[in-house]
Amino acid sequence: MQVFEDAALLSLIGGVLTLLVLASSVGWLLSRRVTSGPGRATVANINARIRAWWVMAVLFMIAIATGAAGSILLFCFISFLALREFVTLARTKPGDHRALFWSFFVVTPLQYYLVWIQWYGLFSILIPVWVSILLAIRTALAGDTESFLERTATNQWGLMICVYFLSYTPALLMLRIPGFANQNAKLMFFLVLVTQLSDVLQYVWGKSIGKRRIAPAISPNKTWEGLIGGVVCTTAIGAGLWWATPFAPGAAALMALMATIMGFAGGLIMSAIKRDRGVKDYGSLIEGHGGVLDRIDSLCFAAPVFFHLTRFFYAP
Amino acid sequence: MIATLLAAVSRLISGASVQWHCDPTSEVQRIYFGNHSSHLDFIVIWSALPPRQRRFTRPVAGRDYWERGAIRRYLASRVFHAVLIDRSHAGAEGAIAAARASIQHMAQEMGDRHSLIVFPEGTRSLTGEVGRFKSGLYHLSRLRPDAELIPVHLENLNRILPKGETLPVPMLSRVVFGSRVPTSLDEDKHEFLAKARAALIQLGAM
Repeated sequence: MQVFEDAALLSLIGGVLTLLVLASSVGWLLSRRVTSGPGRATVANINARIRAWWVMAVLFMIAIATGAAGSILLFCFISFLALREFVTLARTKPGDHRALFWSFFVVTPLQYYLVWIQWYGLFSILIPVWVSILLAIRTALAGDTESFLERTATNQWGLMICVYFLSYTPALLMLRIPGFANQNAKLMFFLVLVTQLSDVLQYVWGKSIGKRRIAPAISPNKTWEGLIGGVVCTTAIGAGLWWATPFAPGAAALMALMATIMGFAGGLIMSAIKRDRGVKDYGSLIEGHGGVLDRIDSLCFAAPVFFHLTRFFYAP
Repeated sequence: MIATLLAAVSRLISGASVQWHCDPTSEVQRIYFGNHSSHLDFIVIWSALPPRQRRFTRPVAGRDYWERGAIRRYLASRVFHAVLIDRSHAGAEGAIAAARASIQHMAQEMGDRHSLIVFPEGTRSLTGEVGRFKSGLYHLSRLRPDAELIPVHLENLNRILPKGETLPVPMLSRVVFGSRVPTSLDEDKHEFLAKARAALIQLGAM
């Protein structure tokens, strides 16, 4: 397998495993130190999150190790689960049933199939052009006009976020970057690592010194201290990982900075939807984190921007 | 084997989170009664049960639907061990006698170890709201006062597979098993049905 021949990829995997061992040790120490009071619930939640991180990281690395097929299948499945959480929260009506069926069982696999066959032209317009027209027609044919605009717009946006945006992550594999042939898995690794680390670091900074809330109406946990601390650290880490990317150190820092800020915005947008629907989490599949969509919201918004910037500057 | 596989597929499609307010592993015979909005309802309840309890829990279903075609017949008789009844249309003289016979049949089929899954509304609701209960549940509980009456609230299944559709949309759903509804032999039919229905609706708000 290609993985074992690429020293940089092995270093990334080794780094993540080391980080997880470190996190588990800290979690274990915390659970021994904090045995009473309100801190206990926080520590229990942190340990649940770390356990879930192990599962997610191992799944992701297995996908990376099995090449394009594994990565595409994994993200297709994540899209499916995320869309399911999104649609469950949407105010759908029986008139949406057929359009939704198509979204889950035709559009989602088709989008990832296009990544597999590397048909960039159709990949980039399938959902924004073809599906947005065809599903609106299908819903109109069902004949229910009540909140028609709201329903079609919501379902379309669900597909955009959960399927279209997210599919840009494995789509990184189809970029042809001079001097970086057959190494695109590392680019995907870089993006996922940076967005997820940024989530963690924002959480850690926010929990430890967070005071000034950015948008109290949307999320009580997002603070300026958390954002700035997370962004600065992640940007530094991104710069330090330049050897795994086609970027120079400065460019790697800028890419990490951009992914971090988009990720933050994604989290904010997805929280706004949750607040509007009166729920705390999109689901309960991932212990300590909530639903799948709660975990990938930052990646969904960072991936398309990261892809197009890389494509514009590095893949002529 | 088929039963285990089917239960797993059903849990996947319905994405059901299951909550219990009674002992899931109790060996006492039970009558599970749920709100009815989808063809998936009974299979979702059935697959939410622990494997051992699942083997001794039989859904009550309409003969007209489940005896159409070899696959349905096989599933009903060999996998779900369904208690099939003739659906009667209330009003006519003969229908009342037939309904009475069906209830007696259900009570008998419970034997000394089986539980039942029933839907007292008799038909699927289009809106997801809990409709009026037919009197079958009352008569059944008169014949089997020894069985625990357990309300089961199903949420979102009308969106996963609404009436009139054949293909499911895999949204997330919720199954809540309530605590037993206390019954006594001296309450009248309307009191009993109102109490059972209220218990079911209340579960939905939890």
